[in-house]
Amino acid sequence: MAILIDENTRVVVQGLTGKEGSFHSLRNRAYGTNIVAGMTPGKAGQDVEGIPVFDTVASAVEETGANTSLIFVPARFAAEAILEAAESGVALTVCITEGVPVADMARVHSYLQGKGTTLVGPNCPGLISPGKSNVGIIPGEICMPGKVGLVSRSGTLTYQIVHELTQRGIGQSTCVGIGGDPVHGVDHIDALRMFQEDDETELIVLIGEIGGDAEERAAAFARDHVTKPVVAYIAGFTAPPGKRMGHAGAIVTGSSGTAQAKADALEAAGVRVGKTPTEVAELVQSS
Amino acid sequence: MDLYEHQGKELFAKHGIPVPEGIVARTAEEARAATEQLGSKSVVKVQVQIGGRGKSGGIKIVGSAADAADAAAVMLEGGFKGMKVTRVLVEEQLPIEAEFYIAITLDRAAGDFLAMVSSEGGMDIEEVARTKPGALRRRHIDPLLGMHSYQARFLTEGLPADARTGAAEVLVKLYNLLKASDATLVEVNPLVLLADGRVVALDAKVTIDDSALVRQPELAELADSFPVDPTEARAKKAGLQYVKLEGEVGIIGNGAGLVMSTLDVVAQAGGRAANFLDIGGGASAESMATSLEVILSDPAVRSVLINVFGGITRCDLVASGILEALKRVEAKVPLVVRLDGTNAEEGRKILADADHERIIPKPTMLEAASEAARLAGVN
Repeated sequence: MAILIDENTRVVVQGLTGKEGSFHSLRNRAYGTNIVAGMTPGKAGQDVEGIPVFDTVASAVEETGANTSLIFVPARFAAEAILEAAESGVALTVCITEGVPVADMARVHSYLQGKGTTLVGPNCPGLISPGKSNVGIIPGEICMPGKVGLVSRSGTLTYQIVHELTQRGIGQSTCVGIGGDPVHGVDHIDALRMFQEDDETELIVLIGEIGGDAEERAAAFARDHVTKPVVAYIAGFTAPPGKRMGHAGAIVTGSSGTAQAKADALEAAGVRVGKTPTEVAELVQSS
Repeated sequence: MDLYEHQGKELFAKHGIPVPEGIVARTAEEARAATEQLGSKSVVKVQVQIGGRGKSGGIKIVGSAADAADAAAVMLEGGFKGMKVTRVLVEEQLPIEAEFYIAITLDRAAGDFLAMVSSEGGMDIEEVARTKPGALRRRHIDPLLGMHSYQARFLTEGLPADARTGAAEVLVKLYNLLKASDATLVEVNPLVLLADGRVVALDAKVTIDDSALVRQPELAELADSFPVDPTEARAKKAGLQYVKLEGEVGIIGNGAGLVMSTLDVVAQAGGRAANFLDIGGGASAESMATSLEVILSDPAVRSVLINVFGGITRCDLVASGILEALKRVEAKVPLVVRLDGTNAEEGRKILADADHERIIPKPTMLEAASEAARLAGVN
């Protein structure tokens, strides 16, 4: 099992011929991921170390049976890349690109409602089901197969906590970096739902940070719908308080968005919250 | 990017949203002249990138040009809530019949925009939202469909009859502005009904999406008008996220989440972070070198903690960057370095081979944070 990606995942990389695209795609392939195609407009017929390049995602899907896309294109092309992936019928598209304008993502978000494509990202490290498939930039060598499902807004903080788990011999079913942008695809609640339903996952680690109210909403969802144990970490207890402009944000969320408010909401929902990445790993170990 | 009120109002005017007549003043003398021009009475409003001005003396209603000059002098010389003030907005006084609240903001949870209108405008709108949710009308705006006039009619239905048409027009124009300017927030508090029946935006809070500034060159230029710390400006130019803090442990890390976590772990180890510095994804040797130069130029720094977990960032480049920086600037304080992730072994080897007297490698984040906190301590 695992969620979203496994050994049946077949990846087309949008932006394969770029520097970051080729570096990470080849690492993903070396990990054992089925990287079956690349897509860069105008470069059809070329290949990157044997990975065939197509002009469109649609032709890549048709020729190679790709069911997942991985996006490394520049920010100004990212929204279109996600739409192209969705229209080409891939089940999952993972957008690593950072700096995508919010308005672009809001339109994409609206378009994807009711479509058959799940989006992870943008501005995210991607996801990995250790031992099966690695789609994105999470270093595969810090992970190991196991029973902990992990979801995080942050990239490098995810690596830190995965690393601490692995060093204790605690493996992971799937680690999902959902990205830190205001409008993104899969969120904490989606991941909690998928991990709850996943036979392989026995415990869930939820990593959040200051800002917004995603963690508060995830806490309520965990309380009402998750029976598996959940351990959380929130970054930003000592971060400088942001200056606030208007009232609209606070009216919408009804939350202060501080690390303490998030930790309190999670603990009230029965989620144990670690104070450091190391303590998170210890809490998981003692579960 | 948060705009000053006067910049927001200039945008409003471009989009046909009525605003009071106003003049920007950079000196007390200019505020005096502006008030004379406006009929010897005015409202003097401090221009800062935060809210809460009304409650903290940032808005003064004055009855003479001399009083305007005095009010402006206090604001310009004294600053506002610790922020430097470079300008005030001097506006005409208007006969207000009623005050409303009107805003369109990004709704992160819904992934769309949310328009909100309340007949109870003024300073305590959050309190209104909490205690009288019925007094605040809300509608989600699908970004693919835009705002429809029926939505504007619904949202403004709770306002006095003679304000509804004007307020609905403002609402539609605000959405057009939001879309055209890549704004994530447009808020007017208060929107007012005047004795003559006009509906006017008395305030303007506008936040522009930083990720969209590349395609909003005119708005991007406004960034030059905001006060910036020279060190922060230098870091920003190099693509680094730097925020100066109060402590003694200089922090460099990659990724906002890990850097925030590093700040927290240093605090738990008894240290205080001197800054937040995120070298970002895919950092180069050059950006690492600039980061160290920035941190080491801060006299408060007694030790530096470099905490990098490589994903898109390669630790070998980070290590080379540290050595490169130490050729350019002299490090008078110890650098505790912790590298993990992509090419970490290569990175650690580069540092080991260099055997620099100031570099202290540590294998884990916790140990590195404790060591950096200890080295920054008074003992």
